[in-house]
Amino acid sequence: MTTPTSRYPGLNLGKGHAEADNACEELVFGFWVFMMSDLILFGLLFGIYVTMLGATAGGPGPHELFEMKSAFIETMLLLTSSFTFGMASLALKYRHDKGRLVAWLVVTLLLGLAFIALELHDFSSMASKGGVPSRSGFLSAFFGLVPLHGLHVTVACLWLVALLAQIAIYGLDKGVKTGLIRLGILWHFLDIVWIGIFSLVYLGGLT
Amino acid sequence: MSHFLDMLFGRLGWDALPFWTMLQDHSTLSIINGVIATAAASMVVIGALVTFGLITWFGKWRLLWSDWLTSVDHKKIGIMFIVISVVMLARAVIEASFMRAQQAVGLDGGFLTVDHFGQFFTTHGTIMVFFMAMPFLTGLINYVMPLQIGARDLSFPVMNSISLGLTAAGAAIVMISLMFAPFSTGGWSGYPPFTELAYSPDAGVDYWIWAVTLSTLSSTLSGINFAVTIYKKRSPGMHLFRMPLFCWVSLCTAILMIFGMPPLTVATALLALDRYLDFHFFTTDLGGNMMNYVNLFWAFGHPEVYILILPAFGTFSEVFSTFSGKRLYGYNTLVIATMAIAVLSFTVWLHHFFTMGQSAHVNAAFGIATMLIGIPTGVKVYDWMLTMYRGRIRMSVPLVYALGFIVLFVLGGLTGIVLANPSVDYQVHNSLFLVAHFHNMLIPGTLFGMLAGTNFWFPKAFGFRLDERWGYRAAYSWIIGFMLAFFPLYALGLLGMPRRTVTFFEPAYLPWTIAAGCGVIFILFGGFSLCVQLWRSIRERHLNRVPVGDPWDGRSLEWSISAPPPEYNYPVIPQIYSRDAFMREKDEGTPYQRPDRYQDIEMPANSAMGVVIAATGFLMAFGLTWYMWWLVIASGVVALVAIILRGFVRNTSRIISAREVQETHERWLDIVNHTPGVSRAQEQTTANRGRALPPINGASQ
Repeated sequence: MTTPTSRYPGLNLGKGHAEADNACEELVFGFWVFMMSDLILFGLLFGIYVTMLGATAGGPGPHELFEMKSAFIETMLLLTSSFTFGMASLALKYRHDKGRLVAWLVVTLLLGLAFIALELHDFSSMASKGGVPSRSGFLSAFFGLVPLHGLHVTVACLWLVALLAQIAIYGLDKGVKTGLIRLGILWHFLDIVWIGIFSLVYLGGLT
Repeated sequence: MSHFLDMLFGRLGWDALPFWTMLQDHSTLSIINGVIATAAASMVVIGALVTFGLITWFGKWRLLWSDWLTSVDHKKIGIMFIVISVVMLARAVIEASFMRAQQAVGLDGGFLTVDHFGQFFTTHGTIMVFFMAMPFLTGLINYVMPLQIGARDLSFPVMNSISLGLTAAGAAIVMISLMFAPFSTGGWSGYPPFTELAYSPDAGVDYWIWAVTLSTLSSTLSGINFAVTIYKKRSPGMHLFRMPLFCWVSLCTAILMIFGMPPLTVATALLALDRYLDFHFFTTDLGGNMMNYVNLFWAFGHPEVYILILPAFGTFSEVFSTFSGKRLYGYNTLVIATMAIAVLSFTVWLHHFFTMGQSAHVNAAFGIATMLIGIPTGVKVYDWMLTMYRGRIRMSVPLVYALGFIVLFVLGGLTGIVLANPSVDYQVHNSLFLVAHFHNMLIPGTLFGMLAGTNFWFPKAFGFRLDERWGYRAAYSWIIGFMLAFFPLYALGLLGMPRRTVTFFEPAYLPWTIAAGCGVIFILFGGFSLCVQLWRSIRERHLNRVPVGDPWDGRSLEWSISAPPPEYNYPVIPQIYSRDAFMREKDEGTPYQRPDRYQDIEMPANSAMGVVIAATGFLMAFGLTWYMWWLVIASGVVALVAIILRGFVRNTSRIISAREVQETHERWLDIVNHTPGVSRAQEQTTANRGRALPPINGASQ
């Protein structure tokens, strides 16, 4: 339920974090606007992918290249990481001890890294079957879209490491709190984009 | 050794120097073109050396660094944006005059080579859109909008500085392409497959890709910054519908930037993937589809048109109402029309390629959508005319631009409606008719708007008025020059002359191309007049000072503070009760109040992030263009580390004490109280010290 005290979309830190909560109002709104702009990038690349589904130019297509099992595992990893990030946000909001927050963040980071590792493994197995971007328009579209998401996850992981370092140095100060709130938005956003990729790129490609 | 040099310099070799071809090939044409290119490159080198020399001579490096380059003050960033824009304007106008000169003598020949002419129109278009118009309007919004909503800065001041850095890096890339040639010959729109590696293997297109990419990233960030500022930082009582119209157009421009820039980022990024990593997005083989590029480009390109024009609409709205001494007529309809234009601008991109193979039905739908945009634009024109109707109009330099705009823009708009008809477009597309049309929109629209804006707000920014005599000369020269240079192009287009043509074989074109060439002389005189205007104004600044800050009997909040404004803009954040907030205060006889109490003001601290991003962005783009991979990696790492470290900085603000604010403010209030008022009739004389007297009975509304 949205209470009248909700000042920005997403999880509000609440009155207990007055200073950080005030700072969030502008920062979080700005970050949402940035997400909208980022979503346009993905939206356009989805569009390009759909128009180029048939452009395999005699090369391997979705049926030869996609492995649903590992795509499914990747989906689960990312969904779980969103859940653990949610737990981290709650730990931040309700001021449980710092240890619990850091533990949830580390679990999230590990899940993110596992996702990236599995995705890289996927790409290399595609490449071994001749699925490289220089082969066809279809593969170009695939490799323009999916690794861009992977790159976003990599950046998000880097950000998470940087925030963990900031927690170690400054504790839970305003900068860390506002950073975590924004990273949370990015993390869930990437989850949603991945759901798009799983349904449109993988499932859509195979139909 | 040679392996090492190859790694160091990539594919940059002696042949990149502008005089290299001339030394190999001694034909007259080659030598003429070599001399032109070398002269242009020398201009860049000499300009840079003189600038560096002067700064060193006067010992201003420290001041430049701490007061300007690392400053995150929205006012200084705005001014720096405009400085970049004016420098780039000078280059692009010179290029334009070369192209007009070439076509004036271009029957069966001329003096430019095909490749050189291609670089001329590509850099001219790229600069005018991305490095003249965009920084100009970004700078103007940056300067004016926070003042008008009663804010102390933008929401994200450091990001603002990064935006400036990205634009500066892109502009520097375009400039350095004169020294290490060539630039792209693919036009400002860079259509593949021509711009693919197979057809343009040299470094030109890569320069273009990275310059444009830097610019789009800059504009996306600026858009986010402006939108958040307008939504979150308005002073108390400043409801959305109490904002000056310029703020509304800023908001619409920002929204267009947020949604309109990413398609171009995608387009240039995918083209780069094609060229660097052998992808096949837009190639002619292996399933590439160049129509995807065209759609992406114009999904950006059409909103871009309104990004360029809306800030000018806002400026003219302020100018018409101020110099008519009247409230803006039809404020609500102007706001709704602006929003309608912003939304409709996403629905018409296909009219840029009616002839590229869609069905007639699709073309018809987009043709109708295009014509629809004429309606809100027409509403605006009527609102501006009705603002002047029964107003006490004072001629002034901004108003001359505004009047030139209103007549010429309507003419240009009408030719747009002509072009919006797909069957007509089939006849005149890709001809000079189109070139005439969009220059007809962008020169009287964007450029006149920006020049009106600088004349209007210059006294606010620098504390003295611009010289009016040379201002009028510049304005009339631009208006006459524009008409002479571009109206003939309509005729040439109807006669069938294609755009981007270096030479032609039809004698009937000649009178028109010569007429257009004459127009350039007026435009160049206009440019010269702008320089003289600035020079004279600076020389006579002591006579023309307006310290009180309200030289034009202004209506909105920015005129209520000193000129130039203090760093924190408002000593106390104002409370707003109505539209035209400052005019209301003056009408009630309560301007320039002494606040009850002052408070400490927290302002963002300087940051070197903008400079770091500018330097790394430039080096990365240069390295990518010439395949110097070590440079790309090195500058990429530096940029990444800088961004991460920025997250560890904790003291990001500094405090200005209440006492200092009080002293500054009271000193200014003393000046206000000791300054005699000036009537509107005398506002262009030295009697104008920036304190406007209320008009004589019954003249105000």
